[in-house]
Amino acid sequence: MSLQSGWEAVIGLEIHTQLATQSKIFSGAATAFGAEPNKQACAVDLGLPGVLPVLNAEAVRMAALFGLAIGAEVALESTFDRKNYFYPDLPKGYQISQLAQPIVRGGTVVINVGEGDKAVQKTINLTRAHLEEDAGKSLHEDFAGMTGIDLNRAGTPLIEIVSEPEMSSSAEAVAYARKIHAMVQYLGICDGNMQEGSFRVDANISVRRRGDPQLGTRTEVKNVNSFRFLERAIDYEITRQIELIEEGGTVQQQTRLYDPDKDETRMMRTKEAADDYRYFPDPDLLPVVIAPETLMAWKAGLPELPDAKAARYQAEYGLSAYDAAVLTSTKETAAYFEQTLAAMGSAGDAKLCANWVSGILAAQLNKASLDTTHSLVRAEALGQLLLRVADSTLSNKLAKDVFDAMWAGEGEPDAIIEARGLKQITDHSVIEAMVDAILAEHPDKVAEYRGGKDKLFGFFVGLVMKAAKGKANPQQLNEVLNVRLGPCGAGD
Amino acid sequence: MSLNATQLKHVAHLSRIALDEAKIPALVVDLNAILAFAEQLQDSRLDALAPMAHPWDQSQPLRADEVTESDAREALQRGAPAVERGLFLVPKVIE
Repeated sequence: MSLQSGWEAVIGLEIHTQLATQSKIFSGAATAFGAEPNKQACAVDLGLPGVLPVLNAEAVRMAALFGLAIGAEVALESTFDRKNYFYPDLPKGYQISQLAQPIVRGGTVVINVGEGDKAVQKTINLTRAHLEEDAGKSLHEDFAGMTGIDLNRAGTPLIEIVSEPEMSSSAEAVAYARKIHAMVQYLGICDGNMQEGSFRVDANISVRRRGDPQLGTRTEVKNVNSFRFLERAIDYEITRQIELIEEGGTVQQQTRLYDPDKDETRMMRTKEAADDYRYFPDPDLLPVVIAPETLMAWKAGLPELPDAKAARYQAEYGLSAYDAAVLTSTKETAAYFEQTLAAMGSAGDAKLCANWVSGILAAQLNKASLDTTHSLVRAEALGQLLLRVADSTLSNKLAKDVFDAMWAGEGEPDAIIEARGLKQITDHSVIEAMVDAILAEHPDKVAEYRGGKDKLFGFFVGLVMKAAKGKANPQQLNEVLNVRLGPCGAGD
Repeated sequence: MSLNATQLKHVAHLSRIALDEAKIPALVVDLNAILAFAEQLQDSRLDALAPMAHPWDQSQPLRADEVTESDAREALQRGAPAVERGLFLVPKVIE
């Protein structure tokens, strides 16, 4: 979307990331998704009188890993506060969160915006990431005027990742959200499932006239459960705010919900002032202390992260910055690429693998709405197929046909090539014989070509390919035709 | 620091506490007396001290990430006023 001229948007994101622990942040109840209502909610999660929270060590470690991965300060001492508000899916009447002393402070991520050669990098600063507990779920339908409450989610550990308001378009916001999404999965601290609510993005959006140093009043858009909806919700909200101001209105600070069916945002509630949350230190929890040597050990154990992996792909495999960024954009895509390349063994061709994984495979996955882990063609099988491209058994076009057959479940590449007789013709004498036969059938066209009608070259290529059922090696065919026809315009 | 009737009503609303209008003037007086008592703390000289998050000078014990609680829904819902299909039922609250 192009912004109305004279305006700029200012966007910051808050991302609620569910940590992939087995048990809750303050209780020993399970966190698995999809259980029957309230079967994973214990007395602590229900906020019954007399219970005390006991902090999950793994939640602390995972939050710290995120901080280390973004180059943030991981606080050796952090504290929990109570954020007070009334809602039935928050049974205690307060959420345990971190306000004054969060565990992760600062940090940066680099995003790639745009495609191919036009892609540019931008560094986004993070404000903080803090530990907190998730709330339960309210179900407003089907209960005759009542609301049903499921507290299975209550107490699930979250880190809320807060960016500085440094993004100026929906494309930048999506690139940032995708980068964070990739990083938490590389780190293994979140399953990244947006449909199930494991990774929830809220966008703070304001607009101002270009050059105005003052920030405009912002709205917060919630309920965005896919990257596509995030882009559309932000675009809608930017346009709404600009139109509102241009018509003489003012933007109200409020929380808005994105409705994907109508592709619009609408008001959910006017935002409570920060004071209304009456934050204060939680007397049930002591300061969380991390020993410096523990932090150093965690840092040493960090996996290879997207930026480092992309740099390695460029250095080791000679891939372009853009290809390397695309292949490392998710942990699964990077793993698939590496497995494909490994399956090619000593004949490994990284550029060929990169083109197929980010091109044909990605398009096929997109068409089928599948992610890489659910690809109907395994990485090993793709590697086998690409071996047949590398050794000239198959042209790229024939390889695509074999790929389609593999996708349709017809078996391993070599078996398909054999069964369909798709093997590329690379025998020079066979190609020569085919070329000679075609030229003999069309002496008039041969004469025209030699008389200077160079466009006929393609005509001959087409006829020979047709006779060869598309299997003639294109390079060899061109060579033979060139030799047999002689120079164009040479006369008969 | 003191509280007026408007602020009292605001805080009561945030806590979803219904107040009897007639009792508000007396509540304002009582609450202000409590605030004044607590205000004595302002006289302490704390400039040289870092604030503590907790009166105990200890750090938070951590537990291993293990599921120790099994399904206790039936027992936990025995005291609930209304339950349906495993859900707690509450009056509808949508702003």
